[in-house]
Amino acid sequence: MPSNEFFLEIGTEEIPDWMIEPALDHLRRLLLEGFEKLRLGGGGQAGMPVTTVETHATPRRLAAYVPELADRQPDTEELLTGPPKAAPPQAREAFARKLGVDPGKLSVTSTPKGEYWAFKRREKGKKTTELLPALLPEVVLGIPFPKTMYWTGKNGPRFIRPIRSLLALYGGRVVPFSIAGVKSGAYTFGHRVLGKPRIKVTGFQQFLEELKNNGVVLKAAERREKILADAARLLAAAQPEGSPRRRTLRENPTLLNTLVYLTEFPTADMGEFDPAYLELPEEVLVTVMQHHQKYLSVSDAAGKLAPRFIFVMNLDGDSSGAIRHGNERVLRARFNDARFFWETDQKTPLGDRLPMLGHVTFQSQLGSYRQKAERNVALVRHLAAFVPQAPVEHAARAAELAKCDLTTELVKEFTELQGIVGGLYARAQGEPAEVADAIYDHYKPESMEDRSPRTPAGALVALADKLDTLAGCFSIGLKPSGSSDPFALRRAAQGVVKILADHSLHAPLSELIAAPQPSQAAAAQLKEFFLDRLRYYLREVRGFRYDEVNAVLAVGADDVPDAIARCEAVRQVRPTSNFEPLSAAFKRIQNILRKAGGVEQFRGDPEPSLLEAGAEAELYAQARRVFEETKESRDYETILRRTAELRPAVDTFFDKVLVMAEEERVRRNRLTLLAWLLRAFTRVADFSEIVVS
Amino acid sequence: MALSFQDLIFRLQEFWGRQGCVIQTPYDVEVGAGTMCPETFLRVLGPQPYRVAYVQPSRRPADGRYGDNPNRLFKHWQLQVILKPSPPDIQDLYLKSLRHIGIDLRKHDIKFEEDNWESPTLGAWGIGWQVMLDGLEITQFTYFQQCGGIDLDPVPAELTYGLERIAAFLQDVDSVYDIAWNPPKRGAPSFSYREVRHADELQFSVYNFERADVATLWQLFELHEKECRRLLDEYGGTGLQPVDGEAKRRFPVLAAYDQVLKCSHLFNLLDSRGAISVTERVAVIGRVRELAVGVARAWLDQQCADVRRPRPAGSPSGTSPSEEAVVAE
Repeated sequence: MPSNEFFLEIGTEEIPDWMIEPALDHLRRLLLEGFEKLRLGGGGQAGMPVTTVETHATPRRLAAYVPELADRQPDTEELLTGPPKAAPPQAREAFARKLGVDPGKLSVTSTPKGEYWAFKRREKGKKTTELLPALLPEVVLGIPFPKTMYWTGKNGPRFIRPIRSLLALYGGRVVPFSIAGVKSGAYTFGHRVLGKPRIKVTGFQQFLEELKNNGVVLKAAERREKILADAARLLAAAQPEGSPRRRTLRENPTLLNTLVYLTEFPTADMGEFDPAYLELPEEVLVTVMQHHQKYLSVSDAAGKLAPRFIFVMNLDGDSSGAIRHGNERVLRARFNDARFFWETDQKTPLGDRLPMLGHVTFQSQLGSYRQKAERNVALVRHLAAFVPQAPVEHAARAAELAKCDLTTELVKEFTELQGIVGGLYARAQGEPAEVADAIYDHYKPESMEDRSPRTPAGALVALADKLDTLAGCFSIGLKPSGSSDPFALRRAAQGVVKILADHSLHAPLSELIAAPQPSQAAAAQLKEFFLDRLRYYLREVRGFRYDEVNAVLAVGADDVPDAIARCEAVRQVRPTSNFEPLSAAFKRIQNILRKAGGVEQFRGDPEPSLLEAGAEAELYAQARRVFEETKESRDYETILRRTAELRPAVDTFFDKVLVMAEEERVRRNRLTLLAWLLRAFTRVADFSEIVVS
Repeated sequence: MALSFQDLIFRLQEFWGRQGCVIQTPYDVEVGAGTMCPETFLRVLGPQPYRVAYVQPSRRPADGRYGDNPNRLFKHWQLQVILKPSPPDIQDLYLKSLRHIGIDLRKHDIKFEEDNWESPTLGAWGIGWQVMLDGLEITQFTYFQQCGGIDLDPVPAELTYGLERIAAFLQDVDSVYDIAWNPPKRGAPSFSYREVRHADELQFSVYNFERADVATLWQLFELHEKECRRLLDEYGGTGLQPVDGEAKRRFPVLAAYDQVLKCSHLFNLLDSRGAISVTERVAVIGRVRELAVGVARAWLDQQCADVRRPRPAGSPSGTSPSEEAVVAE
């Protein structure tokens, strides 16, 4: 065992699965910061080895492993300068007294200002074993969690769940500290059922082995692999006979991660359900299995849902079959409920539910969902021109019915299926496919990874619904602040941007904002809000650089697909040799004009007769030609390429021609030429925003 | 042979009785959950240690299904355990209780999955888990943090066993109505859950959803609210000043709490009758919470003022804080 090995295990009661990975990131960061602060080499200080921290976790333990941690701080040497050598002896003695040293220990140091008395203070670095006991409780309790608790009483520490065990070894020795009455030691604990409750630990490798022998797979990646390998084996073993293609697992990385952090020793097994339940929509069955029961679902050879599911137990197996039996029993009860709700709901068609919607409040100041539905219908008609492909009557019908599923038993039970259930019921109740699909999709996209509504009618209904919510909430002062956004307004606005992009809808944002008639103040705030969402979309979703986005949005931010096309063009042309130098030239033009009183002082075209023959006339002629040839075009890439080709002419102009000419008329005409250039060639993007590398 | 419903209750009571719990009987006012009983709601307040376990039939009018649904009940049986303060080995104790009712943990999958509990009507919340047994939620496990708007110190642990679910699991039946309530004995037949309870479920579903008179319920709500408010005002309103000494000790704070429970139940009835809109809902919950918070404060004040009162029965000996500590509080 390396003598400088350090590791820590915080033993807790079950930590919520989704909080574990962020907690490990914080644990690593806090340790590195702590080591750095203590000069133990956290970030790789001069003369110190780079410290690496490896972290691992199960629901019951957070662990950090440092293969090598310096055994002491480096010694320090500091030169303290005192009075000038020429000063009276009393000054020298006072300086020595202040430092608590014999005056004889002082030396003389020469500086550019002269000679001074000085003292070289050497301090021995402290040992790591002296430093860790104070650091570790700070690190452990410094890990931030979304919601913490106290368990030993109000004056006790707060953590995500009670801490029950602490293991901390440095160089094979216990680092002594305690938290909430739990003393650190050299012991860990095994799996609740498969392991021993108290296990002596001597080193990290032995720790890992002991854990494995006691039913704990410490590394998340190994648990994930085990689940997937189990599932693959189960699926291979259970192929229907004579089937040419295999059943496959439906991937769900989020659920898989949940299962990884819900278990210390995961074992997957496969259960079955009665194929009769397959009469229910897949969406409902999959929601029950994945969201409520945390089961992975399985596709048959044709990609349809198979009457099988994969469940993951926190145990080494199910030899008696009792666990499979229990899980099948629970799923059966859940499916029975869903079937009961489905059948009950069918007795009242969506249209008949409109009066019930009057009793469901959307927001106290904004009325009921029935009122919201009425507003959505009006908005759909108002915005129809912007979505030319959408069948207006179908979209209006969808908007009318879209919220009715909020009164169904199925949505009350499975709220995450709102919209989807409405779409399924609309179809089952004979509404046209366009109507049903638009209802089904109208909450989409729910994130930037989610898809937009599939159809133009769906896009139109989704736009209307989101714009009404935004205008309503902003008008009564409910705009998001910080992390608080209870009405998910950011998601709504982000959704509008994504729908416009995905469906290539050239609907001006200003008109979309104005359509639901927000208050004047709200309209102004919404404009800013959408600009932020658009900027976010272009940068984070589309991956454009921030200066490209700034350059494009400075010219116009009202038409989303157009802004994307312009960003795309800038990205394509940017690497060409002329582009960035031309940006620099445009910046120069802007500066010149600003000093001359602003670009708006120089309207219209330059007067050709006043242009000096040579560089100036040549620039205007070339630029004019490019402008005339491209002014009708929307091929932004070509426009930019052609514009970039002006660079030599611009450079020559600045080389040969003095802008601020003596003669007033000439000077004015020259500035007018520059202003014209600026106006003529910033249709796609404001080049001056480009940061030249 | 799997445990009958009543044997399941006996076993759990036996187990927790051995852990020093007072074995109480169900409270005799309608409640929506065992948490609402004074044995939990009031006992968790203040510094006095306490351990108690009791069965509590819990009424949730909106969950009724006329006895048709195999898993949903208007009134279900909870077994509620309070350990105050929560001992460090509480999870192990809980798992032992499962072994005590015949669950072999080597053959079943137990998971503690995040589920924080909150009751807006009681101004109470806690941190904890739902305990899953082979994919079935069988227990709510909560570390109480606040009750009646008051921070709890020490922190109690609350275990709420869903008895029908556990019994159906043990007996491997798909419908709660098929649960054997008692074991057959010497030729006497065993009664099923259906025989014992079905009429109850049917008739109360009819009443709760169809026949309860909304105007009467509102009147009752307001009467109980008024009575509670009157008592709280007499105790000293929110200032908690005027009453003291012997008068304080005799003051019927517990009776005021019964009025809160009545209000809470009437609210649930009105809700299941569809008589409360979403907006009203928040306001009515606020009214009940105000009463609950008032009672919690009065009760705590009463406990702290009265140094002569006998120690609560069943509180584990040796862990009771000194009377000075109580006075200081």
